[in-house]
Order: sequence, then C-alpha cells, then structure tokens
Amino acid sequence: MNRIPVNQVTTGLVADVINFSTVDGPGNRFVVFMQGCNFDCVACHNPQTIPGHAPVEGHHPVRVEIDDLVAQIRRAAPFIRGITVSGGEATQQPAFLHALFTAIKADPDLSRLTCFVDSNGACNQATWDYFAPVMDGAMLDLKCFDSTIHKAMTGHSNEQVLASIAHLQKIGLLYEVRLLLLAGTNDDPALLCKTAEWFAGLDPNMRLKIIGFRSHGARPQTPPLIEPTSEALHVAADLFNTVARFTIQVV
Amino acid sequence: MDSIEFQTRAMALVQDGSLGYDQKLRQLATLATEAIPYPKISAECREALDKRVICDMFEGHAPYAPRYVLPNYEKAIQNGLQYLELPAPTDLDDALSFLQIMYTHVPSVTTYPVYLGDLDKVLAPFVTDAISDDELDIKLRRFWIGIDRMLPDAFVHVDLGPHDSRITRSIFRVERSLRQAVPNITLKVDPDITPDSLIEDGVRTVFETGKPHFVNHPMMVRDHGEGYASVSCYNSLKIGGGAHTLVRLNLKEAALRHTGSADDFLATTLPHFAELTAELTEARIRSLVEEQQFFNTHWLAAEGLVDINLFSAMFGIYGLAECVNLLMAYEGHEEARYGHDAAANALSIRITERIAEIVANRPMPYCAGGNDRCYLHSQSGIDLDDNVTAGTRIPVGDEPPMLEHIATCAPHHHLFPSGVSDIFHVDETAVRNPDAMVDIIRGAFVSGMRDFTFNLDSNEFVRITGYLVRKSDLAAIADHGASRHTSDHLAAGSENAYHLTQRAVKRVGCREQNPR
Repeated sequence: MNRIPVNQVTTGLVADVINFSTVDGPGNRFVVFMQGCNFDCVACHNPQTIPGHAPVEGHHPVRVEIDDLVAQIRRAAPFIRGITVSGGEATQQPAFLHALFTAIKADPDLSRLTCFVDSNGACNQATWDYFAPVMDGAMLDLKCFDSTIHKAMTGHSNEQVLASIAHLQKIGLLYEVRLLLLAGTNDDPALLCKTAEWFAGLDPNMRLKIIGFRSHGARPQTPPLIEPTSEALHVAADLFNTVARFTIQVV
Repeated sequence: MDSIEFQTRAMALVQDGSLGYDQKLRQLATLATEAIPYPKISAECREALDKRVICDMFEGHAPYAPRYVLPNYEKAIQNGLQYLELPAPTDLDDALSFLQIMYTHVPSVTTYPVYLGDLDKVLAPFVTDAISDDELDIKLRRFWIGIDRMLPDAFVHVDLGPHDSRITRSIFRVERSLRQAVPNITLKVDPDITPDSLIEDGVRTVFETGKPHFVNHPMMVRDHGEGYASVSCYNSLKIGGGAHTLVRLNLKEAALRHTGSADDFLATTLPHFAELTAELTEARIRSLVEEQQFFNTHWLAAEGLVDINLFSAMFGIYGLAECVNLLMAYEGHEEARYGHDAAANALSIRITERIAEIVANRPMPYCAGGNDRCYLHSQSGIDLDDNVTAGTRIPVGDEPPMLEHIATCAPHHHLFPSGVSDIFHVDETAVRNPDAMVDIIRGAFVSGMRDFTFNLDSNEFVRITGYLVRKSDLAAIADHGASRHTSDHLAAGSENAYHLTQRAVKRVGCREQNPR
C-alpha cells in the first residue's frame, strides 16, 4: 500500500467539535472549530476563539489528538458527507489540518468523506498548496472588497484574502465565498458592484453566500453594528445577479 | 357498563358541540360495542386490563373488522370489484374515481381506511407518456383534496417508492402546494435503488408538510417480503393482509409491579405480563375471526383482496424508558437514565430482546402472516397515556443530540417488524440544506434504523405519533372546539396533557379511538 507521508503533528488546539452540522458546507458535516485567529473581527460570533479575548464560561479549548478526532469522525461517518475545519481560523494550525485530512484520506472507511476548510482567507498561497492534495474545497469569507473598510472590520487589509480567493479558484478548490453584510458598513451598492465584477472575472458562476450580520452573540460595539434587513440582503443578491449568473444563497 | 352509564355517555356524545355529525356517528358506534360483553378472558388478564398494565387500545368489546386492513389495490384495479359493481378502470380518471369509491368501503379500527395503496405502483399502468406532468399534477391534486375532505383522518396512509416515479414526484409537488394533514405518506427507501434526488424531494416535502416518513425498505423486505406497506402511523404490515388487533404492554406498569433485580424481571415479571398480553390478543382475534366471522362475511375477503393468511396481530410495548430507569434504580443506580447511560441502554436492549424472544415462542391463532406469531411493535402512545413514554423512545425533552439519540434507538429497530416510532427533531437551518437530511437518513438506515421521521422546529405541521396535525387546527379546537379532522380531536387531548407545541420535540400520544 502507498503510504502517504505524514507530518509529525499529532495534536491540535480545538475550541469545539460538533458531530452534525447543516450549515458548514455541502450536506451533513462533522465540524472541528480550531482555537485561535489572526483576525479580530468586530462582528465575530466566537470571540472566545481569538487570543486575548475574555474567555466564555464553559469554553475550554483543548489539545486534541488526531487519533481521537478520527475515532469521533468514524462514529459519525455513516451520517455525514464530509468534515469541515473551521474556527477560529483553521489555517493557523496548518500542520494539524494537513495531518487530519491525510488521516481521513488514508482510512478506507473514511476516505469517501470530503475535507473542507472554512477560512478567513488570511493565509499564504504556499499553505493552500500544502493543503491541496488532501483538501476537497474551501469556503472563504470576504469581509469587504475595500481594503480600508476591511481593515476597520478585521484589523487587517484584504490583499491576502483576495489572493487566496483567486488562487483557490485557479486550482479548482474554491467551494464558495461568503459575504457578511453589515448595514451601513460594507453594503454600499457601488462597492458591491465592484466586488461582483471582480468575482465575475474569476468565475461568473461562482457560488456565493450572502449572510446578514446578526448581533446575537457578537460583542457590543460603539457605535453599534446594524443588522441588514432581509429585504436589503435580497436587493444585494439581485445586484450581484445583474453582474453575472452567480449561484447565490441568502442567509 | 350499565345502562345508566351508557345513556350518560351516549347523551354526552350527541350533545358534544365540538364533534361534527359524522364524528358523533362513528363514536356512537364504538360506544355501542362497549355495551356488548367482552371476549372471555381470565380474571388475571381482566385485572391487568382494568389496571391498564395491558391495554386493548379501546378497540371496543366485539371486534367486527380487523384493526388494520391493507387491501391489495393492484389486484382490485386489475380485476374490478363485483361488490361495488366497478369494472377494471381503463384510464387515469377511471382509476382515481375507482379508488376514491373503494376507499370509502374499506374498514379499519378508525372507521377510515388506514392504507390507500402504494400509489406509484397502483397508478403506474395509467400514467402514460400521453399525460404531461402538468396534467398529472392537476388530476392528483383534485384526488388529494378529495382524500383529505372525504377521509378526514390523519391515519389514512399512502405508500411510495423505493423506485423513482413521475407519480411520486407529482404527489410531492401536490403535497407541497396543498399542505394538507391527510393523507399520511411513507417513502420506502432502498439505498441501492432510491436516488438521492428522490429522498431530497421527500425531505423538501417534509419541510413543508411534515411528510413523508422514511422506511428502510431492505429491512422491511427481509421481515415481510416485497408485499408490505407502512400504514396508519408506523405500522408495517403485509399487503393483502393486516393486523387483527393491537394489544400493548405498559412496561412501566410491569416494572412498578416488580421487586428485585433486572435479571429477575426478565425471568419472571416480564414473561408473566407478556403472557397476559398474548392471552388478551388471542381472545380478541378469536372474537373477530370465529364469532364475528369477518373473513367469511366481508367482500374484501370474498373477492380475494384480503387473505387471512397474510394477517397477524400486533404485540405492542411502550414505556421502555421508565421501565429501564425503574429497574436501574432497583439495582441502586438512581441516576442511570435511558438514552444517557451505557448500562441503562444495555439493559434496554436486554428487555426488548427478551420480549422478542417471548413473542417468538408464543403461537397465535390466525396469524399465518407472522408465521403464527404476533408482530412485535413499538407502540407510539395514545392521548390518555400520562407520565409514560411511547414505545422505545427516549422521553420527550430528554433526548441526547441526534447522533447519540440514533445510537440509542437503532439497536432496537430490527426487533420490531411491525414498526418503531422514533421522531427526530431538526432546527430550521436544515431547510437550506436538504442534502444534510439525505445524509442523515442514509446513515440512519446503515445504522439499522427501520424508519426515520423528523419534525422541523418551525413547521406548521406537528407529527404526533405518526399522524399529523396542523398547529392552526389545534388552536382552532382550543378557541372554538371544532375541527373537521377526527385526528385533530385526538391530538387536542394530547396537547392539553403534553403541551406538544411548546416542547423541544413535538410529539404526543394519540387517541386511536375515543376512550372515556
């Protein structure tokens, strides 16, 4: 049997694990939420995964053995289409992620499971290429196409995020891009139009998810962040559709 | 029942403003059979019945039709019906009219037919390429409205699958557009035959209407052969046959009458009450077959559309959760709960395996459909049940997450050829991802689940035990006291006791007939 070379990492720092998720990629999925993030988003719903933020009662990140994780996945395997590593920021523990996916792909009972990454996109091309042989797809967030606004929202500029989206598209591993809209922050029609044109240049059929910000679970901000109306989200989706025939889901 | 009680109850029925004319008529008929002497049973059996350790489902004192009847509609449509003077239909309109007429003459314990046929197969000869999908939808829609209005009872049940079919697809479209409580629907799923897209179509229909429920076709075929159907709520029986009766054993009550170890329960108390259940079942079967002579007098039997050799009876159990928890407590493990504790779960399996063994060793007359034995059944409750959990379910509100829930329940399923009823609860995020439910259904069947039903949090429809009610109809009963669906009144009784619509998981017992 061909042995796939494995790296030496056998554990990862994990914030949480859920057996069944209907909202983290195609079909039903086992999801691993990694502890730690390189962004500090104002709208984050899991700020306890960001270093330096106050811990949440009952939240205890744990160092998890890959073998133990694989055993948990094996139990859920009949019911799932794949696994998704989310966060926190999944790509911040690249060796762990690579080792986990490699273990899944090498196991005859689990190799049919697809391995997805849910990421903020702030990682370099070499990391994506490192994942590529064992990763089936990536779901990337784009907080804002405008780098200045992006920096205000996340603490970082967006060059690396845009480069990640373009690169994943090029190597056929971009599953979808998620746009989290905050009313009055990143939903300006002209800005959305520019975003759509950039997407269309990469793939006019790109799969997009337009997600309205929900304040529940997020940290209070001054001035407060504003939830867009359902109607506004659909207006945004229509605007994207005037640019190209994207596959859009509004959440 | 003395004549004063009879008069009082009859008077209460005729004057009950919440019941329609037809509903009164049917309940008066049930009341009348309670004025007839009960089939002869031993004093010990009588006491267990009176104390409701065993329960006859309030079927009445002199069964004059089997509880569940599954006519062979394919045969009827091929041969025509002498009794009803209907020739074999030649086109789809004829066939739908033929069935609609036939349905009104098919008996069951509910007084309505509990099985309307595997309609994708029954109608297949009439759905030619000359009929477009739009035409098919229009015709089936009209037929569907007729079913709901003429057979207003959610135990009325249609079966579909496991093969894909234009008819099944059309029925799902019609279902989603009409959003009726009736008929109940089962989709037979064979992992090797049923395409994901059909399961997904079913899932999307569940999101709209709470139907269909999904059954593990290969498992059913192993137990019953190809000629089976799921009818009423979760009762899988042979087509052309059915169930004479259903008697159920309350495992909680049996455990309450036990002192000592779990081993001792399995060796003495359980067999004792199981035999009383069997005694009552046998008495009721003999009454139906030998005294009332159903199979020698009914036209369905005369025309070969039902055959006594395809019948059996259902041996129901319920209250497994309480039984397990009581026995664990007797052994000093007060905290060990069914669904949450490995030892409790292991004991639950020993109990159901022991019952299966007892039932397999107890010959039963006129039960050739079950190899002269009863079919074991995990019974999903009636609305009078109080503080006792349906069948082998985990108590409402105490269910672990879905994977653990399935892992607890699945090992029981192979023991219950005539059906199990576990209901799983999903939140509305699944609506945007029906594929996820397809994955879970496929996984459930790989894990040995016999059937799978899920309720959606935000749904207008609430599945009670297998039958459906609309929340708005329940609210109407609360407000004005009336609904045209018989089953809604049953559910309303349960809702008052269980507050099902406020529960994390929506389910309650059902009142199969109208007990006092």
